Amino acid sequence: MEFLSSLGISEPVVQFALINAILGLSIYLTLFTGMFSLANAGFMAIGAFTGVIITQRLGLPLPIGVAGGMLMAGVIALPIGLPVLRLRDIYLAIATIGFGEVVRILILNFDPLVSGLIGMDVEITGGALGIKRIPKLTETWHLIIFLILISYFITRLHRSRFGRAMAAIRQDEKAAANMGIDTVYVKNVVFILSAMIAGGAGAWSGHLTRIISPGDFGFDKAVDILAFAVLGGTSTWVGPIVGGFVLTALPEVLRFADQFRGVINGLILMLVIVYVPGGLVNPAGIRRIFERLRGRKSPSAVPPTSTEAGSKA
Amino acid sequence: MLILQNVSRQFGGLAALANVNMTVPEGQVTGLIGPNGAGKTTLINNISGLDHPTGGTIRFRDVDISRQPPHKITALGIARTYQNIRLFGEMTALENLLIGQHGRGKATILESLVFAPRFRREEKTLRAHAFELLEQFGLQAAANTPAGALPYGDQRRLELARAIATHPHLILLDEPTAGMNPVETHQLGEQILRLRASGQTVLVIEHDMSLIQQVCDEIYVLNFGQIIAHGTHEALKRDPQVIQAYLGEDAEDGAA
Repeated sequence: MEFLSSLGISEPVVQFALINAILGLSIYLTLFTGMFSLANAGFMAIGAFTGVIITQRLGLPLPIGVAGGMLMAGVIALPIGLPVLRLRDIYLAIATIGFGEVVRILILNFDPLVSGLIGMDVEITGGALGIKRIPKLTETWHLIIFLILISYFITRLHRSRFGRAMAAIRQDEKAAANMGIDTVYVKNVVFILSAMIAGGAGAWSGHLTRIISPGDFGFDKAVDILAFAVLGGTSTWVGPIVGGFVLTALPEVLRFADQFRGVINGLILMLVIVYVPGGLVNPAGIRRIFERLRGRKSPSAVPPTSTEAGSKA
Repeated sequence: MLILQNVSRQFGGLAALANVNMTVPEGQVTGLIGPNGAGKTTLINNISGLDHPTGGTIRFRDVDISRQPPHKITALGIARTYQNIRLFGEMTALENLLIGQHGRGKATILESLVFAPRFRREEKTLRAHAFELLEQFGLQAAANTPAGALPYGDQRRLELARAIATHPHLILLDEPTAGMNPVETHQLGEQILRLRASGQTVLVIEHDMSLIQQVCDEIYVLNFGQIIAHGTHEALKRDPQVIQAYLGEDAEDGAA
């Protein structure tokens, strides 16, 4: 702990790192199934607002807030997934970015909308300013337990029939369908699970930041979440966790660089993407790097003999 | 067993299949030949549900499968292989065979979360059956090798094993000898005959006339999306229309 704080990593940073690891896992599920969805920031917003409304406006305890946030995200994911998951690749990405914007704007205008409908002024989401003065209810151990539960869930999923179907769909969706896998069903269930995890992360983070506003969950957040998974690597579930930790800690560790902090942060990201394309946690990629290092050593040992032979001849 | 009635597939103005009528009898090996672009793969895609006909009906064991999604067609008992091998390359040979048995498993996500007895029992039987298939196809040594890293011939055999893993009544083989030498082609032919002997129905698309002659009870000839002839290899060899459209020298090869 002392070592961490010497690097500028305080408890709040650890908490956000945990939240980001959970978010990384949420998008990992969809990426692992071959779906390039950027909807998770939107589901995080739904989870955050639902969770905070449950604890603050209804006065219910935090666990119910988190469960409610997850449930709401999952319920909304169903009608979104059915039409949207017919799209693939970049088209799916764009459609889900659109979903994120719709969520943001709906939360922004939720109060006047509801007030108009019921003919009475209400304050639920708090418009552009959002909800303020939220007590800090989320504890580090809550997040650690939640992360462990989600990780356990995902490792079990990988070893199940359903998890194999997910991997098959990523590698060849049509062949997977010919193997008897109901691809529409699997993709929609994964989309809902992913939304629920993101919703949970939102509900936890809502009780950490003291203020939540719709602007916190825009396109930037969607890209951040993607970065956790891509930088960490999506070949195993450990990757997105590492990605979430590294990307949260990096700006803190780089505090010494003052105004160049953003530049160095960006450069490190670029270097990782270029030189470790499979992400930081990528068994195959790491092996390849080792082989390349070894390969570079051995040719340097071989050429002198061959040039000697050449000069003699 | 499989009956195609006036099956058509229109791509814009192009008729890839036009009023195809065809019957695949149970327990037989039926061949489908035709020049490149004749519509053979389109036909297989329509039978296996990756594509759907724009006209006509496809009936399998008295069920209309013309508009069914692929996983339902697989559940009814039709399996296939592909002209270009489509294994799950990152997964091991064993895992590919587990995927093939997907429809046979019943354990839910929840059951796998808590290691429920049904989940464990089921995984055991699926694995046991996968190992049986590996053995049957001489792939035991490849069990834990990623399918994409296997030699070409092994990949072909694994794909056939994966199709059989779905427990089909009818197997569709889309140019199974592509890239094989004559010895391998003959071995594949023997494998198909063994399948036939075990009661399996097969529909095979081929270019290789020696394989067609070796295994097929009956042959359909497709050209420009239409069936232009059908009969035994002997009969087709003498059909002037077939010779003109496609067989030509191949028929002489077959006779030689």
